Amino acid sequence: MENAIKQKIKQVKKGDQAAFADVVSFYQNKVYQICYRMIGNVHEAEDLAQEAFIRAFVNIQSFDDNRKFSTWLYRIATNLTIDRIRKKKPDYYLDADVKGTDGLDMYSQLASDQKLPEEEVESLELQSYIQTEIMMLPPKYRSVIVLRYLDELSLLEISEVLDIPIGTVKTRIHRGRESLRKRLRHM
Amino acid sequence: MACNKEAIKLMHQYLDDELSTDDKSKLQAHLKSCTSCQQHYQELKKTNTYMKSMDQINVPHDFTRNVMNNLPKEPKRVGYKRWMKTHPIVTAAAIFFVLMFAGLSSVWNGNSQLTVSKQKDLVIENNTVTVPEGVTVDGDLVVKNGDLIIEGTVKGDVVLINGKLISDQKSSDPYLAAAIGGELKQIDQIFDWVWYNIKKSINDVFSFKVNTIYTLHALV
Ligand SMILES: [Zn+2]
Repeated sequence: MENAIKQKIKQVKKGDQAAFADVVSFYQNKVYQICYRMIGNVHEAEDLAQEAFIRAFVNIQSFDDNRKFSTWLYRIATNLTIDRIRKKKPDYYLDADVKGTDGLDMYSQLASDQKLPEEEVESLELQSYIQTEIMMLPPKYRSVIVLRYLDELSLLEISEVLDIPIGTVKTRIHRGRESLRKRLRHM
Repeated sequence: MACNKEAIKLMHQYLDDELSTDDKSKLQAHLKSCTSCQQHYQELKKTNTYMKSMDQINVPHDFTRNVMNNLPKEPKRVGYKRWMKTHPIVTAAAIFFVLMFAGLSSVWNGNSQLTVSKQKDLVIENNTVTVPEGVTVDGDLVVKNGDLIIEGTVKGDVVLINGKLISDQKSSDPYLAAAIGGELKQIDQIFDWVWYNIKKSINDVFSFKVNTIYTLHALV
């Protein structure tokens, strides 16, 4: 699949805009997921994911074919999302009443619309709880943790996506995981 | 082993698959003997499991379309190129008609000079072609950008492009049925001109008689 995507990117580079649609549909859920887990709001996540793809398209000539496209794309997406988080008022994500509200809304909507069995609802509650806890992490830990668990990226890939030394990646994962441990251990 | 630092660091490294075999056995040995580290390790494993159980959330179904609609417009050239690649037959036909139309219209517009197909024995003056009395044109007669007076005879068809047949003073009938053996075709619209040429080329290709083509035209 990576090879097929490489081919598509070559076509896009030559100016074939339509070939980009295949690139988008291949990576859309991954990118959306990264944005959502970091920003905690489905609408903003969609907006950010869309923006990430548009930026990737506009800057496609600067993408080095010898590198992994996903790394480059995730970097655009995480940078955009971190920028967005920084532009928000800091108390937006620190305020326990506000943070993760959209995530909760989405899960409760899913739960009521589809009348899921009890254990599914419990799982959804757990899901929204985990999301809430991710949102409690400072952005620099959040991005590392999201990339580590969501796509199971290697430490090296994470260091490339975030453009930070691998040692820093390790430290942030350890600290982020410790922080989550304290919050999730009573679940 | 210092529980709060070294052991915990090893736990995280273990969870990240970063632990050497030596360190692994070191950690295992410590966990066996230290309940507080055991507890800590169990909690970390639980956290790991929770994090890995996060649901995949899918984008709305129209996501790709929205992205594509919001991309800056590509240069037209490429759009045509790709379209031509995917529709080779339509493209070939389109190119054929465009070139032919362009060619014909340049003939039509670019040359307003009077031209006539059979020069011999015809009188040309003041944008008017005259077939003098006693003169017989054996084949077809095509006059472009000029009027035509027939005092003699044309055995074939008469085609007038951007011009008209001037009635003989001696006769009130401008079409002088007796004087023209074939049909009279007047063309003053560019589409007629193109149509005439298409028929003419078909005629040339299939060696039909002009009369047959006009019959075809009538059928069309
Ligand atoms: Zn210990």
